[in-house]
Amino acid sequence: MKKYLGPLSKDNPILVQTLGVCSALAVTAQLKPAVVMALSVTVVCAFSNLIISLIRNTIPPRIRIIVQLLIVSFWVVLVDLLLQAYFYEISKLLSVFVGLIITNCIIMGRLEAFALSHKPWPSFMDGVMNGVGYGLVLVVVAFFRELLGSGTLWNHQVIPKALYQIGYLNNGLMILPPMALILVGVMIWIRGSRVDR
Amino acid sequence: MPKKFNALLDAMDTFLRTPATITDQGSHIRDSVDMKRIMITVMIALSPALLFGWWNVGYQHFLAIGGETVLWPCLWYGFLKWLPLVIVTYVSGLAVEVLFAQIRKEEVAEGFFVTGFIIPMIMPPDVPLWIVAVATAFAVLFGKEVFGGTGYNFLNPALLARAFVFFAYPSVISGDKVWVSGGADAVTGATPLALVMNGRPEAMPSTWEMFVGTIPGCIGETCKIAILLGAAILIFTQVADWRIMFSVFTGGYVTAVICRITGLCSMAGYDQILMGGFLFGAVFMATDPVTAAHTQTGKYIYGLLIGVLAILIRTLNKGYPEGMMLAILLMNIFAPLIDYCVVQAHIRKRQKQIIQQNQSK
Repeated sequence: MKKYLGPLSKDNPILVQTLGVCSALAVTAQLKPAVVMALSVTVVCAFSNLIISLIRNTIPPRIRIIVQLLIVSFWVVLVDLLLQAYFYEISKLLSVFVGLIITNCIIMGRLEAFALSHKPWPSFMDGVMNGVGYGLVLVVVAFFRELLGSGTLWNHQVIPKALYQIGYLNNGLMILPPMALILVGVMIWIRGSRVDR
Repeated sequence: MPKKFNALLDAMDTFLRTPATITDQGSHIRDSVDMKRIMITVMIALSPALLFGWWNVGYQHFLAIGGETVLWPCLWYGFLKWLPLVIVTYVSGLAVEVLFAQIRKEEVAEGFFVTGFIIPMIMPPDVPLWIVAVATAFAVLFGKEVFGGTGYNFLNPALLARAFVFFAYPSVISGDKVWVSGGADAVTGATPLALVMNGRPEAMPSTWEMFVGTIPGCIGETCKIAILLGAAILIFTQVADWRIMFSVFTGGYVTAVICRITGLCSMAGYDQILMGGFLFGAVFMATDPVTAAHTQTGKYIYGLLIGVLAILIRTLNKGYPEGMMLAILLMNIFAPLIDYCVVQAHIRKRQKQIIQQNQSK
């Protein structure tokens, strides 16, 4: 189990490899869409990894990217339709970013770097763990953005009304994407200063 | 005191006294103009605008509530508005500075003195103090310290603080309710800039009023005479570069005239220059030696683009009446690129000359 834990910190897709940053900035204004996005990416990454790994010996190397894209698209369409069917509100909130999971560098990267050369079970676990590593960052960023930007967590008012009455204001910058970039930067900074020394 | 607070101790020591430490290696003849001297000069240059700012805050207040506008009460009212702002700014900013100096085991640099002096001057008089504290800490942390501290920042920290307030808490720094201190809700004290941008140019003050500065606005930006006085001090002492100021004015004026000719804006060019923070930004912000371009040619390009962009943002985007702040921050980011291009162009030119000389031999 321990060998799969890399993506959580040491090999984190966002904090170390700086992949998939754009979606991390786009969907983290609130906690709920961030968690759904994290789950979607985890599902897509894990199952794409699994299938590519199963058929890895039959894929002609010259068209492997096309095959990978096809399989990733299949899972993304599946996730997208599921979200639209059961979580319509969140699906509206995430808009194009579910579809854009196809272009998420983390997934293509894991397919190329791991699934093509490993057995199905390790590939599946690798996909899950990379999804979780990605999701962890999303959740932390979304936590601070929603708390400070809207005063809520999971759409529940957390910051008491009394605080607003004495002059507290929500931080509008937190809702804008630049602040997400700064928060991701701070996470990279903290991680780097703790681990690399 | 334990050695732990070395950074703080050292800062107080060198600030209040002349330390007895001398160099123990070969001596170097140096100009006595050090960073502290430069910072003090900038503060002196800022003080006319600040003095007028105190008076104007009070003047606008008493005007709004319908009281008498006598000199000393006005001045005193403005001073009492300004004092907490400046205290909060220094405490918050220096706390971050000292913290980082402590972690890095360095001395506290003097860079924050001017930043902390400017920040209250570019805020509306009634801005909540906690917002100033948060904005200052943010600006010092992300504008300066993460890049290595004083001298390594590529953004002007004072402007970054203002931009932070502008984007994070727009209600306290935009609209027409915030510019007159303590005004009743019925009193709208829109800045001339906002009036024009919202299509009410008939309510605009005269050119003379904008030049003297008896208009609502940030504490330090309204009086153009005081700012020009500061500009004269800065240019005379060679602390700020006249090339940047000159090219900002040129760029801004030419763009404003073009905007008028093409019908984008109904205002005269000189009114555009006098409005809002254009002059203050051109004199005190754009010329910041750390964040401006460093090459001579680069300074002209840098200044010109600030002027052009400031007026363009103002006239084309009604949402951002204060284009100067955004223009300077944007060009701060491009300043290193401008320098790089200028230096590379120079190198190419010299190389060509050498090749030609060799061929003619």
